[in-house]
Amino acid sequence: MHTSSPVLAIDNLSLEFPAYKNNVKALNGVSLHVNPGEIVGVVGESGSGKSVTAMLSMRLLPERSYRITAGSLSMLGRDMLAAPEKDLLTIRGRDAAMIFQEPMTALNPTRRIGRQMLDVIIHHQKISAAEARLKAIALLRDMHIASPEQVLESYPFELSGGMRQRVMIALAFSCEPQLLIADEPTTALDVTVQRQVLLLLREKARQRGTAILLITHDMALVSQFCDRVYVMYTGAVVEEGNTAEVMGSPQHPYTQGLLSGLPEMVEPGQPLLTIPGQVPNLASLPVGCTFQERCPYVMPVCAKRPNLNTINGNDQRKSACWLPVKELS
Amino acid sequence: MAGLAITFIVLLCMIFAPWLASHDPNALNLAERLAPPSSVHWFGTDEVGRDLFSRVLFGSQQSVGVGLFVAFASCFIGGLLGCFSGVIGGRFDALIMRLMDIMLSVPSLVLIMALAAALGASLFNAMLAITLVRIPSYVRLARGQALSIREMGYVKAAQTFGAGRWHVVHWHVARNAMPPLLVQLSLDIGSAILMASALGFIGLGAQQPTAEWGAMVATGRNYILDNWWYSTFPGLAILITATGFNLLGDGVRDLLDPRQQGK
Amino acid sequence: MNSAVIHSITKMAPTILQLNDVRVRFPVSNDWLGRPRGYAHALNGIDLQVRAGETLGIVGESGCGKSTLAQLLMGLVPPSSGELNWASRSGGEGSRNVQIVFQDPQSSLDPRLPIWKIITEPLYARGHASRAYMREVAARVAAQVGIRPEYLDRFPHQFSGGQRQRIAIARALSSDPDIIVLDEPTSALDISVQAQILNLLAELQSARNLTYILISHNVSVVRHMADRVAVMYLGQIVELGSAAQVLDQPRHPYTRLLLEAVPRLGVPLHAEQVAAPTELPGNRLLPSGCFFRERCSLCTVGCEKPQVLLGDEQQRVRCHLQS
Repeated sequence: MHTSSPVLAIDNLSLEFPAYKNNVKALNGVSLHVNPGEIVGVVGESGSGKSVTAMLSMRLLPERSYRITAGSLSMLGRDMLAAPEKDLLTIRGRDAAMIFQEPMTALNPTRRIGRQMLDVIIHHQKISAAEARLKAIALLRDMHIASPEQVLESYPFELSGGMRQRVMIALAFSCEPQLLIADEPTTALDVTVQRQVLLLLREKARQRGTAILLITHDMALVSQFCDRVYVMYTGAVVEEGNTAEVMGSPQHPYTQGLLSGLPEMVEPGQPLLTIPGQVPNLASLPVGCTFQERCPYVMPVCAKRPNLNTINGNDQRKSACWLPVKELS
Repeated sequence: MAGLAITFIVLLCMIFAPWLASHDPNALNLAERLAPPSSVHWFGTDEVGRDLFSRVLFGSQQSVGVGLFVAFASCFIGGLLGCFSGVIGGRFDALIMRLMDIMLSVPSLVLIMALAAALGASLFNAMLAITLVRIPSYVRLARGQALSIREMGYVKAAQTFGAGRWHVVHWHVARNAMPPLLVQLSLDIGSAILMASALGFIGLGAQQPTAEWGAMVATGRNYILDNWWYSTFPGLAILITATGFNLLGDGVRDLLDPRQQGK
Repeated sequence: MNSAVIHSITKMAPTILQLNDVRVRFPVSNDWLGRPRGYAHALNGIDLQVRAGETLGIVGESGCGKSTLAQLLMGLVPPSSGELNWASRSGGEGSRNVQIVFQDPQSSLDPRLPIWKIITEPLYARGHASRAYMREVAARVAAQVGIRPEYLDRFPHQFSGGQRQRIAIARALSSDPDIIVLDEPTSALDISVQAQILNLLAELQSARNLTYILISHNVSVVRHMADRVAVMYLGQIVELGSAAQVLDQPRHPYTRLLLEAVPRLGVPLHAEQVAAPTELPGNRLLPSGCFFRERCSLCTVGCEKPQVLLGDEQQRVRCHLQS
């Protein structure tokens, strides 16, 4: 049990993007938290709100494009939604860092890696350029990069995808943040490189006690890598808990549908089990449970939105469904 | 919006000139030469007694008609040429671009005058000259678009189906390259009208007795000291019309651009 | 279907395409006279047979040459050496009809064409057909992929990602092809949509007796759909055989490395040699001997010689240590 306060605490957060006719309700009462040193996964498909949650945690969404309609978001005890810009400048990079899917767009293609790394390090830590350079080399070597001096002299396009992502991770860790948000960090990488990058991420996080919030659509990845997982659907958490329990005995019909639709779940050549229908339009969500139109177990009570209910008295294990808990074999 | 209103009125004038005009624009009336604006002749008369209001109305057909024709023709020809140039590439592309460079290196009005003078002073030759001179900018625009569209997934897909270059231009490049071309077109009409009037002013456009704004302004110079209305009204017509089309062009650009980015 | 049945079926089916020692190289960075200074060797000796009605899976990471292979099959790129042999049809036609479904349904559809035109474009390109005929074909094929005929005049942006991929599949079907190359057909889609698309592809294959060449880095998708699998590394096939054999009991060290790295549900990640080099060697200067030498834990004497595919029908491996 963690007695210290969470690194990231989101409580019943609702957010909408004002649009021409209807507002796009991107988040509808999201509650999640990340404790110090944990690795937490957020899994969902398009429209689930997982990337919006990640971006909002660092206040990276364009300022006037959204409206918070309920709830709160605090990082390291500080209210992120009300924080003024100058506070954010120190929080981002120093207390919390973020890495994205496409490192090519996160790095300036016209400047050398060394220059970019030094910029970041010097911005957060008042040390000289020479010291910063030594620090950068040490960081790169820590990321198992064989010739860091050469990498510092290179331009981003001269490096491979895996190498760039390692540079991003090095940058992210450069100021010893307490939280690292990783938004699909390995989706664009080959499978062998993906494994390397994730092992590295985990190793460095454990070493420094950094918590990781991993956003992904890959269920298998989450099951290998994360301590706890949140499953998101149409802007809300529908199931949460210990990874092994959620993957092993999913309670929410959506999680069950996601897992049973994976190709490895059926014999080769047999039809895959699919979830009927499509994700509802975020601008016109159904009243009550947003999954009801696609759910094989839909009941009249589903017209009322279920809360996240604890399962078997375990405070950490929850599912947003009216169905009684069943033990799945 | 203002642009839309103005151009709408101008177009109405142009189309309905025969009905709106109070007099026959070519009817001579020597008794009333150089009469100031009155309730009978709203804009006054010229040196042979022709009603200026009617002449301005009919003049719109010349100037605006030429402007529109020139803008659309140069857009169409230039756009098509640019698309092909971008898609075909290689030496053909290089040749076309050098040709366009040559055309662009000469000041446009000078080139137009030279062409029109060489071909002979007539309305048709004036239109031809202006069209030719305006083609290069469309070619460049279209070519730039074609170069980037050529790399898009759906063009590559078309190539896998065995699509030839004509098919690629016809089905994919032309319609996707259109938005910036349309914007340029709407901005261009205004200056095309100005150019048509400029040619008329130096006497290379429509010849007498056809009413033409530029020519009227030019002739009016001789009488301007005592008869202010002669050059003024055609001049105002040119000003308002060109401004109206320019505003319209700005509006079209604003309308098309953010939506393109939004997609 | 169990592997014995698959095995016997693929044994009986005729070969419709044969690749013999196909090599493809692209000139890179020309010198001042226009002569190439070097080459990128994308394909380095591919021997492959494609049998009618099967699904052949091509698995590999970036740089292995699978995209070049796709381009070769589509006829976009000629082989620098080696040959492609198409078995002649009953009608004895020269050119074969190979269609492709791309990875990204967003960029592979022209945003300014209505989908009935998109679907029948290959038909039009192969030999102009009348508008009425094209619309009829579009309606028929769209119904087969689950797009309602009343939507035929709509534009791509009015559809979801999964529906767009269906449109792309309809496009591949419209000209009644012999082979459909599926280039990462579900990589850009959500998991639940992926399941629907994979089911659709399977239905279409059995209904129309199609031959698929499935190129993917997603091993579970390939395992699910493919009858036979070829594993590529640096432009060569390092392992070839039935899907069950290659993906469940891999013999080549690279295949083993690849499969081990694939995240599997419930299998925890063990920290290992993180320092081991995983970067693919460049294809400008091909390594001598076995291409996988530098990364292979089993490298010994004999690996400095170029390796050949050894083995039988069920499984062939490009490694002298494994046969």
